[in-house]
Amino acid sequence: MTDIPIGAATGSDEDAVTADQWTARIRRRAEAAFPPKQLLPDRQPAFMASWIYVFGVLTLVSVAWVIITGCILAIMGPTWWHVSSIGHFVNSLHLWSVESFFFFMVIHLWGKFFMAAWRGNRRLTWATGVVSFLVSVAAAFTGYLTQQNFDSQWISTQAKDGINSTGAGAFWNVLNFGQMLMWHIVLLPIGVTFIAGMHILLVRRRGIVPPFDVHPKKGEQAAEAATTAEAA
Amino acid sequence: MVLGALFGALLGALINLNGNGHYIHWGFIQISVANLTVILLMILVFVLAILIPFPKRKEGDRK
Repeated sequence: MTDIPIGAATGSDEDAVTADQWTARIRRRAEAAFPPKQLLPDRQPAFMASWIYVFGVLTLVSVAWVIITGCILAIMGPTWWHVSSIGHFVNSLHLWSVESFFFFMVIHLWGKFFMAAWRGNRRLTWATGVVSFLVSVAAAFTGYLTQQNFDSQWISTQAKDGINSTGAGAFWNVLNFGQMLMWHIVLLPIGVTFIAGMHILLVRRRGIVPPFDVHPKKGEQAAEAATTAEAA
Repeated sequence: MVLGALFGALLGALINLNGNGHYIHWGFIQISVANLTVILLMILVFVLAILIPFPKRKEGDRK
């Protein structure tokens, strides 16, 4: 880090001395990639006036509820969610927010599949969505394993053969409650949040995929032009 | 507490979830009625989302 006189840094204007620092470089790249108006837009393209476009945000709302209720369960502990009526209620909210999360995510996936949403340089947006879905399946699975009831015992004993047949059972033991709980409440939520965050940033960066045009070539050109204009 | 009991009674009256699951067998395919219901509901919502027109903002609503 370069020494600069105290008070010289204004925090707004770039200094010739500090312009090459990694923090300044990242800031410039972030500002170029995500101008505030593009990051939080107040207008959307006219083609988005369809119910099929609401399922992405419904998925996000559901995952927010999953995280909120999961945090409450973590704070209060198993004796609370197994015994008290409010604990049962929050536990059920956690389950049903997961159900709605997958429900909306699958409809979002179908919608984007039939739109071929990877068009117009949106391959990475599609890929992060796919990976996010797969990590979510693992997160939900470990949740079923850590219910601490007969259902979780049944699921874990059935799953162990499948996992062992892949070889992953050597280090990922579904019968190990502590390991599965840690994966469920630490590693997989971090993974889902990180990848879903990337997915949303890419949607903001590349924009929503436009519908198919009646003239494919013309439509592709329009999509590319829209993407270029948004990125500029 | 009261609301929980009320919702419980209402939902419990609609669907009794305290029991063995029901399964459908079709050749090598075996699926629970609950899972099949969820899949059919997803297809229904997907089709409705495409068919039902999205409410449009009237001219002059936007400041």
